[in-house]
Amino acid sequence: MALLEVSGISKRFDSTEVLKDISLELEKGEAIAIIGSSGSGKTTLLRCLNFLETADTGCIKVGGETLWDAKLPHTQSESEIRKKRLHFGLVFQNFNLFPQYTALQNVMLAGELLAKEQPGYKANKKRIHAELEQQARDLLAQMGLSDRADHYPHQLSGGQQQRVAIARALALHPDILCFDEPTSALDPELTGEVLRVLRELAANNTTMIIVTHEMSFARDVADRILFMDGGVVVEQGPAKEVIDHPKEERTRQFLAHYGN
Amino acid sequence: MSTEFSVIIGRLVSAFTLNCELFCLTLLFALPLGLVIAFGSMSRFAPLRAAVKTFVWVIRGTPLMLQVIVIFLGPGLLGFQSPWPSNSSGRMMAAVAAFVINYACYFSEIYRGGIEAVPKGQTEAGQVLGMTRSQIFFKVTLLQVIKRILPPMGNEIITLVKDTSLANVISNKEIIMMAKEYSAKGLIWPLFSTAIFFLIFVGALTLLFGWLEKRLDYFR
Ligand SMILES: Nc1ncnc2c1ncn2[C@@H]1O[C@H](COP(=O)(O)OP(=O)(O)OP(=O)(O)O)[C@@H](O)[C@H]1O
Ligand SMILES: [Mg+2]
Repeated sequence: MALLEVSGISKRFDSTEVLKDISLELEKGEAIAIIGSSGSGKTTLLRCLNFLETADTGCIKVGGETLWDAKLPHTQSESEIRKKRLHFGLVFQNFNLFPQYTALQNVMLAGELLAKEQPGYKANKKRIHAELEQQARDLLAQMGLSDRADHYPHQLSGGQQQRVAIARALALHPDILCFDEPTSALDPELTGEVLRVLRELAANNTTMIIVTHEMSFARDVADRILFMDGGVVVEQGPAKEVIDHPKEERTRQFLAHYGN
Repeated sequence: MSTEFSVIIGRLVSAFTLNCELFCLTLLFALPLGLVIAFGSMSRFAPLRAAVKTFVWVIRGTPLMLQVIVIFLGPGLLGFQSPWPSNSSGRMMAAVAAFVINYACYFSEIYRGGIEAVPKGQTEAGQVLGMTRSQIFFKVTLLQVIKRILPPMGNEIITLVKDTSLANVISNKEIIMMAKEYSAKGLIWPLFSTAIFFLIFVGALTLLFGWLEKRLDYFR
């Protein structure tokens, strides 16, 4: 059974149908890349998976458990959704770090707030805090940012900020980590450091969905590629096959823009 | 002459305590009330939003002096029992009520601007990290809002210092009214000297806000 099963997701904004009956599956440890032209619905799909947008139809299952179903209103209450969110992590195109917190505090904040809701937090406050801090420091080290732990976001480059954002998402141990064009807001010379981190995550079998315009990265790193156009998945398959030998005419046209 | 000087200064000082009292009470009630009004004006419930916005428009669109008079005399003129005791503390209460309503509306617009200026991505980042609405407000948004509203708040609060003298339209004996009694008798310097009281107060507030803004300089 696939870790993530998404079926029949549709979403319309006013009169435009942005997602049309999208289904996809994702195995544990698998990394898929979603490619497609601007406006094809990639961001909207990730936002639906992370419950930032409410899909009109469809169903989202993780590990066989129905997290969300358009037909079951009780899966859609705010408190239910809040618990289920944590199956997913989302890294934004423009980082969205919290400016008033240091890199370390950004990584720790959500974990601390969750720990405070646990019974027995008061008694073990010191130990829990120390564990969270250690974990956050380890994550920052993994991102190559040990020496930036006490910097505020505005003191970091875009690439560094994005790596802090990745550490912040990883700190909550999501089952599936989603990236929405993680390098699009970066200067070209800074994309490499973020892509390197993503390569490492993929090598460690992190389950990921990566929306990207970096075709050669997608080809090398993703296990599978989905090509979206006009709110539908036009083509999907093993990464190298889709990039090197696209079956659909629309995929070919799209890839032609990237010099394939 | 010198005894007269110190007597007059003493009476101006005691009259200025009324200005200070009005200032403090207005802030005490208008700062939180403004936040309530701000949330009302951003409510997802359209009728409430429209009602609050209309109210804010009326209050911001009419002179504070007029509002003070209306609040003090209005109930009686409409045939109700006046809610204000017919003594000096009743006049003060009416002034405080009018000031609180007026300034809460101004503050609410500042709050709203500050809240809406925080990028939506901040809330979304909090949501994705499993935070509750109130955790997002208090741990993520609030300090960014405070940083943004400090400069306009400083301006508004400085205006409040000077506006306190409007309380004299319903015979609250604040400093300018006191000084005018002397100028009516031909003694003009007390009136001019009131400027010094306001300047010192405003100067202190300017320093305070400068310091607060500096304290929040560590992030952007
Ligand atoms: N909140 C919204 N209200 C109305 N329309 C929206 C909203 N969000 C997205 N859309 C529309 O939905 C369509 C798909 O948008 P989406 O952001 O998902 O595309 P995308 O594939 O991520 O594009 P890009 O590559 O430019 O990021 C676009 O036509 C967009 O204008
Ligand atoms: Mg997008």
